Amino acid sequence: MNLPLLSFLTWLPVLGGVLVMLVGDSRASLARWLALAVALAAFAASIPLYTGFDASSFALQFVERLPWLPGVHSQYHLGIDGISLPLILLTTFSTVLVIIAGWTVIEKRPSQYFAAFLIMEGLMIGVFSAADALLFYVFWEAMLIPMFLIIGIWGGARRIYATIKFFLYTFLGSVFMLVALIYMYLKAGSYDLASLYALPLRHNEQILIFLAFFAAFAVKVPMVPVHTWLPDAHVEAPTGGSVILAAIMLKMGGYGFLRFSLPITPDAAHSLDMLVISLSLAAVVYIGLVALVQQDMKKLIAYSSIAHMGFVTLGCFVGYEIVASTGHFDGVTLALTGAMVQMISHGLIAGALFLCVGVLYDRLHTREISAYGGVINTMPIFGAFMVLFAMSNAGLPGTSGFVGEFLVILASFKASFWFAFLAASTLILGAAYTLWMVKRVVFGAVANPGVASLKDLNGREALVLGVLAVVVLALGLYPKPLTDVMEPTLRHLAQLMSVSKL
Amino acid sequence: MNPTLANSLALAAPEMLLLLATSVVLIVDLFLSDRQRQVTYLLSIATLAATAVLVAGLPEGRHVGFNGMFVVDGVARFIKLIACGTVAAVFLYSRDYLIQRGLFRGEYFVLALFATLGLFVMVSSGSLLMMYMGIEVLALSQYALVAFDRDSPVAAEAAMKYFVLGAIASGALLYGISILYGVTGTFELAALAERVNAGAATNIGLLFGLAFVLAGIAFKFGAVPFHMWIPDVYHGAPTSVTMFLSAAPKLAYFALALRVLTEGLGGAVGAWQDMLIVLSVLSIGVGNVVAVAQTNLKRMLAYSTISNVGFILLGLLAGTSFGYRAALFYTVSYVIMALGSFAMIVLLSRKGFEADRIEDFRGLAQSQPWFAWMMLFLMVSTAGVPPFIGFFSKLYVIQAVLDVGLSWLAVVAVLFSVVGAFYYLRIIKVMFFEPPADEVTVTAGPALKFLLSLNALAVLALGLFNGALVDAIARAMP
Repeated sequence: MNLPLLSFLTWLPVLGGVLVMLVGDSRASLARWLALAVALAAFAASIPLYTGFDASSFALQFVERLPWLPGVHSQYHLGIDGISLPLILLTTFSTVLVIIAGWTVIEKRPSQYFAAFLIMEGLMIGVFSAADALLFYVFWEAMLIPMFLIIGIWGGARRIYATIKFFLYTFLGSVFMLVALIYMYLKAGSYDLASLYALPLRHNEQILIFLAFFAAFAVKVPMVPVHTWLPDAHVEAPTGGSVILAAIMLKMGGYGFLRFSLPITPDAAHSLDMLVISLSLAAVVYIGLVALVQQDMKKLIAYSSIAHMGFVTLGCFVGYEIVASTGHFDGVTLALTGAMVQMISHGLIAGALFLCVGVLYDRLHTREISAYGGVINTMPIFGAFMVLFAMSNAGLPGTSGFVGEFLVILASFKASFWFAFLAASTLILGAAYTLWMVKRVVFGAVANPGVASLKDLNGREALVLGVLAVVVLALGLYPKPLTDVMEPTLRHLAQLMSVSKL
Repeated sequence: MNPTLANSLALAAPEMLLLLATSVVLIVDLFLSDRQRQVTYLLSIATLAATAVLVAGLPEGRHVGFNGMFVVDGVARFIKLIACGTVAAVFLYSRDYLIQRGLFRGEYFVLALFATLGLFVMVSSGSLLMMYMGIEVLALSQYALVAFDRDSPVAAEAAMKYFVLGAIASGALLYGISILYGVTGTFELAALAERVNAGAATNIGLLFGLAFVLAGIAFKFGAVPFHMWIPDVYHGAPTSVTMFLSAAPKLAYFALALRVLTEGLGGAVGAWQDMLIVLSVLSIGVGNVVAVAQTNLKRMLAYSTISNVGFILLGLLAGTSFGYRAALFYTVSYVIMALGSFAMIVLLSRKGFEADRIEDFRGLAQSQPWFAWMMLFLMVSTAGVPPFIGFFSKLYVIQAVLDVGLSWLAVVAVLFSVVGAFYYLRIIKVMFFEPPADEVTVTAGPALKFLLSLNALAVLALGLFNGALVDAIARAMP
C-alpha cells in the first residue's frame, strides 16, 4: 500500500478545520455538517491502518519519508507501530464523538469550535505518527495553540487563568525536551528516531536527557507534583475540551515515555525508575484520596484521571524492578501492555464520564455534586450509562478499566509486593470516590426542583454514550484485538529498555 | 587582485543609484503639491525596486573595491535585497497611516531612503571608517524620522533622547575604533584581522578598544544594558517610524556586528564571546521580564525587540559559521515578524486613535476575525511556538549555542522564552477571550490588508518550509 495514509490523516482534519472556519458562524449548520464529515472521513481513513497493519512486526509501518529541513537533517518521516496505532484510532474515534457532543450545545462561535477540534485532531495524529524527533516536537507544541483557544474561548468562569496555566506549564516542560533533542541531534547528526535509539550516551548525559524528557512528559501525563494545571484546565474547559484533554492529550505523556525516555535513555531510566514509580504510586494513593473530597464532578474526574495515569507511568517503569527481582523479561512486556491498555481504556472512560457531566451541566449549568441527587428518577437511561462508566472507572471486571489495572498490578507483583499493594489500593479508592459520587448524583430521592425538571438523554447524547459503552464493554470482555497489535512492539521496546547504551 | 576604479564603481552601483534617485526624489518633491504627493511615494518605491534589481545583478562571490574600503559578498547582497524589500513594505504599510495624520510628506520617504543608503554602506564596508560613515548616515536619518511628527511632544522628546544617547554611543564606537587603529595601525578589516591573528589578540589595548566598539554595537542593537532608549523611542515615534526602526536597521546592525567581530576581530573571539554572553543573557532576561509589565503594545514590542536581540547575539557569540547563519536567519525572521506586528497596530489605528494599547485589541476575534488570526500567528511565532518561523529561528540559535558546549546558556534562553510566551499569550487572550470594547473600524486600504495577510501567512509558510531560506543564507554565508 503506497497511499500516504498517515499524511492524509494528519492534514485532512487540519485543512478541513481551516475550511470549517472559513465557512463561518453565519452558516453554522453547514459548518457543523462539514466538521462531522471531515471527522468521519478521518475516522474512516484510520480503519485501513488497523486492517492493513502487520501485527507480527515491531517495525514502523505505513512509512512516509520526504526531505523537510535538510539544513538540520530533519525529515518529514511518518510511520506507526503497535504503540501509536491504538492511540491514533482513539484520536479519530474521540474526535467524532466530541463533534457530535458539541452539536447544538456550542452557541458561541461554533464554526471556530469545530475547527479547533479538527485542527487538534490532525496535530495529535501527527504527534503519534512522527518518526522524526523535530517533526514530533513541532506537532507536540503546535497542539497547544488550539487547546489554549478551546479552553480560553469556550471555557467556564476561570477559563483565562486555567488556559494560561495550562499553556505555560506544558510549554515550560517542553522546552527542556527541545534542548535535549537538539543536544542529541548534534551528537547523532540526525533527528530520526531510529538514529537517536542507536546513539550511545554516557550515563550522566542520559540522566540529564532523561530529566529533560521527564519535565515534558510528566507535566503532560500529569504526574504528582506537576499535576496542578489539570484540575484547573479540566474544570474550566468546555465538555469537548475536557474529553480531548483526558482521552488523548494526557496519553501523550505516556506515549512520550514509551517512545522517547525508555528507548533513548534506558540506563538513566533504570537508575531513576524508583523516582517515577514512587511518584506514580503517590498519584494512585494520594490523588485518590484528594479525589474523594471533591465537590465538583469535573474536578473529581480530573483527579481520578491523574490517579489512573499513575498506572500508566507505573507500568512503563516498573519493568526495571521486575528484572531486578525476577531476573527475566516476561513481566516487562506485561507491564508495558498494562500501561498501554490503561491509556486506551482511560481515554474512553474518562471521556465518557466527562460527557456525562457535560450532559448534566448542559441542563442545570452546575457541576456541583450537591446540586444533584436522584437523577435516575428523571433520567433513567442517562443514569444507567453513568453507572456503567463509573463502574468501569472503578475497575469493574468485564469493562476495559479492569484490564489495564489488572495487568499493571499483576506485573507490579513480580517486582515487589508493596508496589502491588499500593497500586491495588486504587480498587478501593477508585471505587470509593467514583461510586460515592454516583450515589450522591444519580441515586437517592429527587433532591430539588431542578433535578425534577430534567429531561432524559436526547438521541444525539444517547448515541455518543452508547457507542462509548459498547467499546468499553467490548475491550473489557475481549481485549485481544488491542493487545495483539501492541505485543511485538512492546516486546521490542522491552528489549530496547534492557540494552545498555553506555 | 587590484581592481580598477571602474570595477569599484560597478560594485557600488546600487549605492550610487540609491543616492542619485533619493536626491531626485528630494528635489521632485519640492515641486509637488500635497495632492500630488503620491508621486513621491511611487518614486520612492520605484527607487527601491531599481536598487534591488542592481543588487541582484552584482557579481557572485566576494569582491573588494576602493582599495579595500568596500566589500561586496554574499552577505552584503542578501542583506541589501532583504533591506530593499523591508523598506518597501514599510512604505506600503505607512501610506494610509501617514495620510490620515497629515504626515504624508516627502521628508518621510527621503529620510527613510537615506537611512537605507546608510544601511547599504554599513553592510558593504571593508573598513572601520566606512562603517562609521554608514552608521552615522543611518543614525542621523533615524533621529530625524523619530522627530518627523513635529507637533507631537512625545515624538520630540523621544528624538531628543535618541539623539543624545545615540551620540554618546557613536562617540564610544569612534573612540574604540581609534584605539583599535592605535594598536594595529589600520582601519581595514582584512588588515586588522591579520594583525589580530599575528598576536595582537592578547594586547590589552586592543581589548580595551574592542570593549568600546562592542558597547557601541550593543547600543545600536539595543542590547541590555544599553537598551534604555528603545522603549521610549519606540513608544514616542509615530507607528510607521517605529515600524521602520524595528525592522530594517536590525539587518544593518547584524552586518555591523558580523563584519567587526568576525571579519576584523575574529582572532579575538575568546574576548568578545564572554562579553556577548553577558549582553545576550541580560537582554533575553530583562527584555522578557520587563515586557510582562507593559500595557502599551509598542512598549511591549520594544522590550520584545530587546529580548530578540539577545537571541541574535546568541547566534553570533557561538563563533561558528552555523551560528552566524542562525543569527542571520533569526534577524530576517524577526524583521518579518516585527513588520507584521507593527502593521497590525497601523491597521487598527485611525486618526485620533493609535491602537497602541493592549486593550485596544480587545475582542478583535469577534470584530475582525481574520486579522485576529493574523495577529495570533505573529504573536505565537514571536513567542517561539512551532510550526511558525519564530520557533525555527530559536531552534537554530539554540543549536548553535549547544554546539559550542554552552548548554547552560541554551537552558537560560529557553526558560526566559517561556516567560516571554506569557505576554504574547496575553495579546491573544485580549483578542480572543474578551468581548469587544467598542466598535473597531478599520479604515486601512486593501493594499495594507493584503500585504499584512501575506506577511502573517509568510510567518506560517516560512516556518513549515524554511529550507529555501536556510539555503539562501547558506549560499550567502558559505
